[in-house]
Amino acid sequence: MIRAENIFKSFGDNHVLKGIDFTFETGKTNLIIGKSGAGKTVLLKILVGLMNPSEGHVWYHDRDLTQMSKEETRELRMDVGMLFQGNALFDSMTVEENIRFPLDMFTNRKLKEKVERVNYCLEEVSLGGINKKFPSEISGGMQKRVGIARAIVLEPKYLFCDEPNSGLDPKTAIKIDELISEITKQHNITTVINTHDMNSVMEIGEKICLLDAGKLAWEGGKEEVMNTTNKTLEDFIFASPFLQRLRARALGSD
Amino acid sequence: MNPGFLYHFGKFVQWFPQIFSKPENGRMYYKEVVRQMYDIGVGSLMIVFVISIFIGAVTAIQFAYQLGNSFIPPYYIGYIVRDMAIIELAPTFTCLVLAGKVGSNMAAEIGGMRQKEHIDAMEIMGVNTSSYLVMPKLIAALIMIPVLVSISALISNFGGYLASVATGYYSHSEYVQGLRSFFVPWNVVMMYVKAISFAFILTSVSCYQGYFVKGGSIELGEASTRAVVYSDILILIADYIIALVLTV
Repeated sequence: MIRAENIFKSFGDNHVLKGIDFTFETGKTNLIIGKSGAGKTVLLKILVGLMNPSEGHVWYHDRDLTQMSKEETRELRMDVGMLFQGNALFDSMTVEENIRFPLDMFTNRKLKEKVERVNYCLEEVSLGGINKKFPSEISGGMQKRVGIARAIVLEPKYLFCDEPNSGLDPKTAIKIDELISEITKQHNITTVINTHDMNSVMEIGEKICLLDAGKLAWEGGKEEVMNTTNKTLEDFIFASPFLQRLRARALGSD
Repeated sequence: MNPGFLYHFGKFVQWFPQIFSKPENGRMYYKEVVRQMYDIGVGSLMIVFVISIFIGAVTAIQFAYQLGNSFIPPYYIGYIVRDMAIIELAPTFTCLVLAGKVGSNMAAEIGGMRQKEHIDAMEIMGVNTSSYLVMPKLIAALIMIPVLVSISALISNFGGYLASVATGYYSHSEYVQGLRSFFVPWNVVMMYVKAISFAFILTSVSCYQGYFVKGGSIELGEASTRAVVYSDILILIADYIIALVLTV
């Protein structure tokens, strides 16, 4: 469980987050959505401890991230995996070395065991057999999956994904969403996804938080999105006339 | 004094202790040290070889010109080239050039990792990136740069030999007699003090510039440039201070 408590963040006079509160449950796929500039990335960075809030607390169960020492934060991060928007794969390492990196750094396992674990994670993301390829030799979708494999290699309790679908075609994006959702259920982890992809919202959003101008404008599940009367959510989700027509048809047929 | 300098100096002093925290995994740090030693040492051999030949050759020619038809014995040429190389030219010239080659490389490598979110990715994994990215470079530089400076001093003497003996200005025995005259071991100590100090300066300044880079490719280019310029200026200041302290 991750709980954000009254999070404020300002950069000089620019108040990016203005008192955010929410709770993300274990074993669920939690989405942070919002327009560009709404504060999603800043909020995600605060949640993982890459940035400190100006005010407020971030709770990982009963541990307050904002009050932890650097050592305690590093300890907590052993339980955290993250998929970055740009994948952040190390270019000079092969796929196997990328995924093995956390194992090399933090475990004393034998090489054979580490390679077995890497292969298992690659199978999890349906990429068996590409161990020796470099990130530049595989497609964007495959890079995302390798990023997911690296994020889960240490069996984290918390998985963060920053725009996992950006730059992917709709079909690959859906596959990535399904993969993240499956991993969340299979390993019973708390997953937080920062996205503005509507497919993700409607397919895997068990808990959705909509940010608007630094405030929490709406929260709920994907089932509630269709019937929402929240103007901000309507404007955001059904921004295009096409989606508006689809929604009208869906509600009409209901 | 420029307040920017004080800001960066304070930030540097605050950041620096983080570099020396306990490694998460000694073997990974060791591998990185070896990789950096290879990059800095073997990767810089050719440029060190070329500049050293010319350091010695130009010193020999210049002093031959200065000595002219004076009463100073000709064998002094070897003595002058040797001491100039050991005391000043090998450590200072080599490190100024290495600031350009190795320093800018370090700043660009770390800065690139910052921009591609590699550093954030490592931080999320729980890696102390200040330590993992900087400590191996610092250790490798502190080992390899004195070795490169030693090689430079040796090759400079050879360059002086080529310029003075191979061209027929002086005889082999005159040059070698000069090389073997008035040797003061303290000068070698001074060379290593300079080499180690300069290695520390160019590595730490360059890594700092790369680690805290913000923005895009233009800012990364500027950080690389700053790494070289600031390293060079600090090396020259340190050169003066070391000369003052160790020779007075």
